[in-house]
Amino acid sequence: MGALQQIYFRFCFFFLDFLCHIYCFPYQKCTFTDMLSCFKDKVGDVLLPGDVFSFQMPESITDSKPEKVVCGPGLRRNGDEVLVCKSGILRHKQPNLYWIDSQQRRYVPGKGESVIGIITAKSGDIFKVDVGGSEQASLSYLAFEGATKRNRPNVQVGDLVYSQFIIANKDMEPELVCIDSCGRANGMGVFGAGGLLFKVSLGLVRRLLAPQSEIAKDLEKMFPFEIVVGMNGRVWVKSKTIQQTLIVANLLESCENMTAQQRQTLFRRVADGSI
Amino acid sequence: MANDNAKLSKNLLRMKFMQRGLDADTKKQLEEEERRIISDEHWYLDLPELKAKENFIIEERSFGPCEDLKYGRMSFKGFNTEVEKLMIIMNAPNEEELEEEEISRMETDITDEDMARRYESLVGSMKKKFAKKRERSAIEDVNQNATETQKKAFLKPQD
Repeated sequence: MGALQQIYFRFCFFFLDFLCHIYCFPYQKCTFTDMLSCFKDKVGDVLLPGDVFSFQMPESITDSKPEKVVCGPGLRRNGDEVLVCKSGILRHKQPNLYWIDSQQRRYVPGKGESVIGIITAKSGDIFKVDVGGSEQASLSYLAFEGATKRNRPNVQVGDLVYSQFIIANKDMEPELVCIDSCGRANGMGVFGAGGLLFKVSLGLVRRLLAPQSEIAKDLEKMFPFEIVVGMNGRVWVKSKTIQQTLIVANLLESCENMTAQQRQTLFRRVADGSI
Repeated sequence: MANDNAKLSKNLLRMKFMQRGLDADTKKQLEEEERRIISDEHWYLDLPELKAKENFIIEERSFGPCEDLKYGRMSFKGFNTEVEKLMIIMNAPNEEELEEEEISRMETDITDEDMARRYESLVGSMKKKFAKKRERSAIEDVNQNATETQKKAFLKPQD
């Protein structure tokens, strides 16, 4: 064979080999005890939707009980397999929690999350609340602190409420409440006379609410203001003057695509040159 | 009244208004008897027990517990004092756990030997405190004798 042909064939084999390695990954099979190590190997890697971690269950129950694995957002259970359904980086938290760190703007209601909702309608015993999801959530009028059948809460159409989901899955209409399991409000309920409500991406919300949030620390040093952050991407800000409110709102919206350094220089400029 | 109970039928005794006056023991006995009756008369499937498949994978939809997100309402520089109090209360559960861990760590810093030594001296001082006058003088005599015997020995001065 000519030299060109040889190079051509070699290139084809190399390419096929490369493809095989790519497509082998989705069909990774391992036993349950190995699955944890499969997971641990991939922590910090970029995964794509369609990747599968499958394993065989131990048949005899006399084996040492395998540990439970908790799949967070982005991972889904399909029988005995774990499927990746969002593209992102696999993260791990002790002892057995794995999730995919991804970005999105569209909110999907999740149980236990605190969100800012806008009352859109009042019908009988429930309020219809817009939370930015695919359908409106319902909020019972008895789900406020100190509310009874005779003592109705003072909630009007168009009010902002900070509430928590008690039911939020793909099969049922989401339901909200403004009290916790003991019946206390804990800051939930109607808020906001004045102030400004705007929308940010979900990733920024998580960065704001992270335990060691740098954005929150930078914001603390500015002027006095109040902020309510909803997990559905909605943020409400209130400050002494309208100008300050607008400044904070613009800063938060621009924080999304800035590195830490750019953000700090911007904040410093505002703190120096502003009112 | 005891005679009446013997004459009343079991069905009547099982009725709710008759059971209010009964003790817990008699109630349990009645329940057990009922269960036995049910299992004898009623039909049941003679199949091996199907164990529900234990799922070792738990799904969790929310980001909150994954990243330990804080409480959503925040207030800075005293703009809203109620919200600042809420921030401390709601974010505290994590800090309280840390404090408890620290306290437990502090306790284990003092080893068991140190604790035993402390208790030795404690027992002695508490004993003295609650001892009656005669016993107290007896204890002091013992201590003085011990010290005196030590002093009686002559110490040769070294050149």
